[in-house]
Amino acid sequence: MAGGGGERPVLIRWEERDGQRVPVRHDGRLAEQLRSIRMEVGVLGNADGSALVEYGGTRVLAAVYGPREAHPRHMALPDRAIIRCRYHMAPFSTEERKIPAPTRREVELSKVIREALEAVVITELFPRTAIDVYMEVLQSDGGTRTAAITAASLALADAGIAMRDLVAGVAVGKVDGVLVLDIDEIEDNYAEADMPVAMAPNLDKVLLLQLNGVLTHEEFVKAMELARKGIHAIYKLQKEALRRKYAEAVQEGGGQ
Amino acid sequence: MPGDVLAEGNDVIVDSIYIEREGNTYYATIAGLVSVQQLEDGKYKIGIIPLEGAYIPRPGDIVIGLVKDIGLTHWEVDIASPYKGILTVQEVLDRPFNPAVDSLERYLDVGDYIVAKVVAFDRARDPLLTIKGKGLGRVVEGSIVEIKPSRIPRVIGRKGSMVNMLMRESGCEIVVGQNGRILVNCPNKDLEEIVILSIKKIEAEAHTSGLTERVREFIRSERARRGV
Repeated sequence: MAGGGGERPVLIRWEERDGQRVPVRHDGRLAEQLRSIRMEVGVLGNADGSALVEYGGTRVLAAVYGPREAHPRHMALPDRAIIRCRYHMAPFSTEERKIPAPTRREVELSKVIREALEAVVITELFPRTAIDVYMEVLQSDGGTRTAAITAASLALADAGIAMRDLVAGVAVGKVDGVLVLDIDEIEDNYAEADMPVAMAPNLDKVLLLQLNGVLTHEEFVKAMELARKGIHAIYKLQKEALRRKYAEAVQEGGGQ
Repeated sequence: MPGDVLAEGNDVIVDSIYIEREGNTYYATIAGLVSVQQLEDGKYKIGIIPLEGAYIPRPGDIVIGLVKDIGLTHWEVDIASPYKGILTVQEVLDRPFNPAVDSLERYLDVGDYIVAKVVAFDRARDPLLTIKGKGLGRVVEGSIVEIKPSRIPRVIGRKGSMVNMLMRESGCEIVVGQNGRILVNCPNKDLEEIVILSIKKIEAEAHTSGLTERVREFIRSERARRGV
């Protein structure tokens, strides 16, 4: 995430609104505003579960396969399923071509996302199996790891894998001294801090928390509160996206 | 939906592995349909019918498997599940079997489909199958349709209403495996196609109401159109 060359753009403008001076961001959003978010569940035919999530210009596709037999066999655990995650950025997802081989960053993100998902997936139901989660960033505009985790949890739900709760994520940043929700690429390049957070909103548990940059104690508390608000809004959208798939009401259930 | 609160209180009996409990709150862990029954003693029994999910074997289930591999005294069977089925020679033959003089290929070969019953499965070992019993054994004729295992209850219907209707309307024999495979055996190709299309229709529209009637109409109009 190197800073862009050339002139530094104006990222925060202070405007008069309703008699108050409020910070307005480069894309016209207020500090506590999310980008436009779109979610679609069940977009891939071959996967057991899949989802496409867009946070503004960030687009992530997630596919879930499993539970299936764990290969190589020695990886399987006798009492629960293993979760394998792959976060990957497509070569065409960034401004400059990204070399397709997994970078150190992608390996790290695969790991932190896996750990976040392991906290909610009820792996004990499927001993000796593997659950594979693939996340492909199709277009990157900041906040890809949080969008990926949101997509992954939707795809898991779509695959019918039992989870204690869905997971939703959002990144909070500090730009020109102002805390902003759902940071994008340009803001991220010039931000003093960038803090991706993922939570299980119903359980009120934080599953992923990273911080690049510096925040004071007060700012951190405020940023967490901001992230929580954003995550709850995204969580509502997740549930809507899942329900949309089964839009029609069920009168006569199956069963014998 | 995962994380949705289903019930609160002390008079709740849970009838599903997909419901978690925290204190006095019960919540769902998958996307599914909730069923609530009030029992005689005033308690509520809550269950959840999954809308998606893999097939997890249960003893007593009828499954349709594909023989994948042959061991010395057993066959390994793909049962469209995270776990592979094991069919031992004792569950096939009624007489002693000597691997030195006899070979298993004579009875079942790789690529054979079988209708089998799950004898035992405890998650620590692979599920054991048997083909001893009425209606079980090697599949010799018909076609296999594969659908999502979670849609099988809909294909069977309440007390078998849907599958009985399919058989009545088409005159075909249908064996439904709990693992999402269905064996269809028809007098002719046209009828077979109609039944397969009907099953695919049920799979696609499993969560809608009034499906049995719509499928019945579909079969009748198709039969009229094809003149069979």
